[in-house]
Amino acid sequence: MEINKITVLREGVNSTFQDLGRGNLYHIGLPFSGAMDKRNYLIANKLVGNKHNEAVIEFAYQGPLIKIENGNINFAITGNIKFSIKKNGKLINGDCYKTYYLSKNDEIDIISTNNSVYGYFAVSGGFDLKKNFGSFSTTVRAKVGANNGNKISKNENFFIKDFENKNINKNLKYTNSKIEYIRILKGTNFDYFLEKSIKELTSREFLVSKLSDRMGMRLQGPKIQNLKETNIRSEGLIKGVIQVPADGNPIIMLSDHGTIGGYPKIAVVISADYDRLIQIPSGKKIKFKLIELKEAEKLFKLFQMETENLLNQI
Amino acid sequence: MIKNISNLGDAALYCDFGNNVDQKTNFKVIKYFENIKKQNIEGITNLTPSYNKLIISFDLNVVNFTELKKKIEDIKISENNIKQNQKIIKIPICCDDEFALDIERLSTKLNLTKKEILEKYFNKEYFCYMTGFIAGMPFLGDIDKKIRLERLITPRVKVPKGAVGITEQFANIYTFESPGGWNILGSTPTKIFDQANEKQPTLICPGDKVLFYEINKKEYFKINGNK
Repeated sequence: MEINKITVLREGVNSTFQDLGRGNLYHIGLPFSGAMDKRNYLIANKLVGNKHNEAVIEFAYQGPLIKIENGNINFAITGNIKFSIKKNGKLINGDCYKTYYLSKNDEIDIISTNNSVYGYFAVSGGFDLKKNFGSFSTTVRAKVGANNGNKISKNENFFIKDFENKNINKNLKYTNSKIEYIRILKGTNFDYFLEKSIKELTSREFLVSKLSDRMGMRLQGPKIQNLKETNIRSEGLIKGVIQVPADGNPIIMLSDHGTIGGYPKIAVVISADYDRLIQIPSGKKIKFKLIELKEAEKLFKLFQMETENLLNQI
Repeated sequence: MIKNISNLGDAALYCDFGNNVDQKTNFKVIKYFENIKKQNIEGITNLTPSYNKLIISFDLNVVNFTELKKKIEDIKISENNIKQNQKIIKIPICCDDEFALDIERLSTKLNLTKKEILEKYFNKEYFCYMTGFIAGMPFLGDIDKKIRLERLITPRVKVPKGAVGITEQFANIYTFESPGGWNILGSTPTKIFDQANEKQPTLICPGDKVLFYEINKKEYFKINGNK
């Protein structure tokens, strides 16, 4: 049996192995991590016939350039991604949500994301990696996860587990939807802030700053003014929490966030909108809409149903 | 014992044990944390105990806020016998000028000599309130009243791995290189967080006792667990 092996010729930006993440470790300082855009992650694995918790490569803005060093691979890319494939020396443009079968010396160039941030590269069989705390997900800051907790880097080789069906040939018709608003719930320190600032948070636009990554998204817009205290006693955080430090610029906690923080929490992004929130690129604007818990729960059910329906179409 | 439970977003419970930051309150938080962890309640995906709060994350596919709140409210934990088995962990620290990045600032602001500051710092048994922010970082207390100082006005972009700091009533250890604003007065060569040790990755857990002892530079580089 031939061993399937790839080489990374260019690492791309923040390329890491991710799966569904790991729970139950907040108390020692480890966040969930895992794929930022869970829906696109799940679709990628389903397309190539994997279990839902197989590791995939996540990248931001630009993906890796990959060469098949040995054997064969069957892959799919999800997100809103521009990529090309060099097959038998011939260059073709790739389509997202579609499987491709490649052989030795073929290449995949994941050129860029279109008006979005994250994309996913999944291979049939999955990458041959070691789990850490029950998950492949990489948490770079704590050096936890597959690939010794490191980002994928140039000239690294990865092995791909053997896969049975060499001719999967699957695809899905799907366009990543945009929403006008990111919906939020009141945070636990909502009443620390000036009424005018609350109004601005829910009516004005906020710019996504370049200083955004898997840990957090920094926003710029009208300064959010604190009436009470700009620091609270340090306490737990979860992804989606919008903290406002003394400078008045909100920070949204994302999947690799620090587990404890001491800034007041003005709001929390609803679970149903998280996948779309993290796809908003730096330089683009966000609008927020304040809703109630019951509505957020309903929206999550709808979002989950939609995801299930998509997965069932594959 | 929980004063109030509210929602933090749509997938977490925010359990408030009051405003006090002291060992008594923190023991209650830790007791709840350990009790809930042991019960393996369906749908709970994570728990974050802190000084006086406990955040319970859950899977919205399995349970919702109202249902889980009811379950947590029904938990009965006795107020008595609140002290559990405490481990005592000894941590070596080198306060050579190379590592004591803020000792001058501390000395000036507190109006104490370096020696006096370090004496007060080492002459105390600390209690671990919580671990987190970065993996394994312990939040220890309470430091001597005479060496309490606010954070740096502009936090450092990079605090080196192993650095030990103080601010307000607390002491900490930077288990990884990280941004941070605590007053740094030394460094430990001991590896606090070990990702390869999945059963017990953190050396210091909430509720543990910690003793710091001083070592010189030669001893520091001999241990050198952070390289």
